[in-house]
Amino acid sequence: MSAYYLARVQFALTIGFHIVFPATSIALAAYLVTLEAAWLWTKKPAYLDVYRFWLKIFAIVFGIGVVSGLVMAYELGLNWSGYADKVGAILGPPLTYETMTAFFLEAGFLGVMLFGMKRVGPKLHFAATCAVAFGTHVSAFWILAANSWMQTPQGYKIVDGRFVPTDWFAILFNPSMPYRFVHMLGAAYLSVALMVGAVGAWHVLSNRQNDRARLMLSMALWLVLFGAPAQIVAGDVQGDNTLHYQPQKVAAMEGDWVQPALGAGEPLVLFAIPHMKTESNSQTIEIPRVASWYLTHTWAGTIRGLREFPRNDIPYVPIVFFAFRIMVGLAMLMLALGLLGAFLRWRGRLYDTRWFLWIAVAMGPAGYLAMLAGWTVTETGRQPYTVYGVLRTIDSVSPVGTPGVAGSLAAFAVIYAIVFGAAATFLLRLMAKPPEHDESGVPEAPLRSAGITPGPAGAVRPGAGAAE
Amino acid sequence: MWTLHSLLSLVWAGLLAFGVLAYVLLDGFDLGMGILFLVERNDYDRDLMVNSVAPVWDGNETWLVFGGAGLYAMFPLAYSVILPALYPLVIAMLLGLILRGVSFEFRFRATGAGQALWDIAFCGGSLVAAFAQGLVLGGLLQGIHVRNGVYAGGWWDWLTPFTVLCGIAVVIGYALLGSCWLIWRTEGALQGRSRVHAGRLAIATLGLIVIVSLATPFLHPQYSARWFSWPGILLTSPVPVLVVLVGLLLRHGLRHQHQWTPLLSAQLWFVLCFAGLGISLYPLMVPPAITIYQAAAPTPSQIFLIVGAVVIIPIILAYNAYAYWVFRGKVQPGMHYH
Repeated sequence: MSAYYLARVQFALTIGFHIVFPATSIALAAYLVTLEAAWLWTKKPAYLDVYRFWLKIFAIVFGIGVVSGLVMAYELGLNWSGYADKVGAILGPPLTYETMTAFFLEAGFLGVMLFGMKRVGPKLHFAATCAVAFGTHVSAFWILAANSWMQTPQGYKIVDGRFVPTDWFAILFNPSMPYRFVHMLGAAYLSVALMVGAVGAWHVLSNRQNDRARLMLSMALWLVLFGAPAQIVAGDVQGDNTLHYQPQKVAAMEGDWVQPALGAGEPLVLFAIPHMKTESNSQTIEIPRVASWYLTHTWAGTIRGLREFPRNDIPYVPIVFFAFRIMVGLAMLMLALGLLGAFLRWRGRLYDTRWFLWIAVAMGPAGYLAMLAGWTVTETGRQPYTVYGVLRTIDSVSPVGTPGVAGSLAAFAVIYAIVFGAAATFLLRLMAKPPEHDESGVPEAPLRSAGITPGPAGAVRPGAGAAE
Repeated sequence: MWTLHSLLSLVWAGLLAFGVLAYVLLDGFDLGMGILFLVERNDYDRDLMVNSVAPVWDGNETWLVFGGAGLYAMFPLAYSVILPALYPLVIAMLLGLILRGVSFEFRFRATGAGQALWDIAFCGGSLVAAFAQGLVLGGLLQGIHVRNGVYAGGWWDWLTPFTVLCGIAVVIGYALLGSCWLIWRTEGALQGRSRVHAGRLAIATLGLIVIVSLATPFLHPQYSARWFSWPGILLTSPVPVLVVLVGLLLRHGLRHQHQWTPLLSAQLWFVLCFAGLGISLYPLMVPPAITIYQAAAPTPSQIFLIVGAVVIIPIILAYNAYAYWVFRGKVQPGMHYH
């Protein structure tokens, strides 16, 4: 493999690993704000217990987000210096603003949020939680503005081969930015809701009376009930936008090589295997006209097929095609979960229907899978460009040889596998522990060394005491 | 002749230099504390050490993100030349920072052998990151071979005795910052040992500062002109004098068991070295050929970002100071940091 492909694989690996953590931080921070507000408002201890339960998880997730994000700040120059040199003047400022308005805010108040409850009191502590949550959302704005500009660039001119900004408002609020921002926040919220719901369901399964676990499940299912359909609508609207600005991406998502005859309508391809060589599909299972309905909102509309575009302007279709089906399939399952949960809640059987609780547990990772699939659709669907229609990916790469990129890819793969394996172990261990009355938290006191191997007297580790 | 573009280029070079300096002064003691795991083997002390920075390390490391993003935004040419030239070093630094960053949480979550492994990751990651940063500094100072705006050197151009010397200097200097931080934030036996470490590390650091300073002027004619001839010498001669004065302050602080003067003076050493670097390099950004003005982004980008930076950076400094103030005082067992 050439350095070019290795650099792409490395970017996919590092960004795919990274995105999971900040996405979790966005929605989990919002959830923590809700819980702390509910606790301050109602004084019900269950809210604080659940807050502390998830705060411990937040601490780990946030830390990994910081260090894996640091990689992204330098990888653009390491492997993509051609790109960095040409677009730095446009995409650097939003990323610097992200650092100044979001990362510093989050990091500055995270310490207070994690460890400061006793030092600053509940009200200032709540303000710190809000500051962190606000920071995560501001960060999403900047990074999605930057990403969307790469998809739908405007507000620039090209001078000596470099992009020079001419209109910052047009750059930041480019045509796909609002859709992508909403859809990404929706993805983050749904992912975290499904994870929280799965953890709640797991603990309700083992102890139906655990009101903290029931609180988690209940709140999560409300969000899924309204969030899943809202997210599907947001996705559909973003699809319309993509159809307008990046028609070959939508054609790849649909697996449409040839525009259907006038009046025939666009079929919904449920399954097929797209072939780049023959520019056609095999093993196709399709429903007539359904895609016309969601793409053009008529029963006869059609879109341009992939063969109509120059051969070197289309993405690698199978990845876009299958990733899109994974995302949409999972979205349908989420919709069903929300509706089923609402039905059971209405019948008063939400906490007693064991098969449903198991389904909720199984759906725990569904949001993350859908999110990664969705990003795969939008990013591989933009290929062969980094800046859509203007700068090709092949012209973006660094003059770094294959051994260098291969070596760093191998190192990243090994270290990320270790870190991800350990993080998964620790996070699942924390999630598997039932949320308790007077749940210990990072702020109150420390579960970190507690409960596993109580050391000999006199060898209590700092912070170990109060949790036992 | 000053234009708006050249003026803003200089302002941005100053702001990014400030960001990098803030990173070195703050994450320096974080990383140094990780390096001191080599000599502090006791679990109890290690927990205390980690707890002393747990609430602030993310903020410290954010300055490095600021440096990376800011260089990308304001000096894209420098960003796209330096990183490929120092490729393996930056990769090593990032991997080291990842390992030590996750270890903050993981070492408290792991049990048994796992705990020891994450302690090794914490210490090893800190050591690798510090050494790599020193090599990056040395690699940049000795110059990067550029042709047509692209790095044109080989894989190992960065590896010379000078860069290795810089790597060692940064490791030792960070360890000094770490031990001075511990003098300030801990008490009892750990504080006592930190004083001993600080004393030895200070001598080593001073020695390395002298050696690196003597070697640097011979790397490039501009450096030697700046340091040894009129009128550069006006600017440069106070630096060594101040290094000596700060060294005396450090010795005084250690001898009389001051709490925070050792950290302050160690940080001042870093500030002075940093000033020395700035004097040598200006107006170069990527020696030997690319200046600040050549590497700078176009004016609309500079204006867009400076408007926010002048408002936001003071606010960042204010709430970071607040975060430090909230967690002021000595770290104690059972302080419920973790």
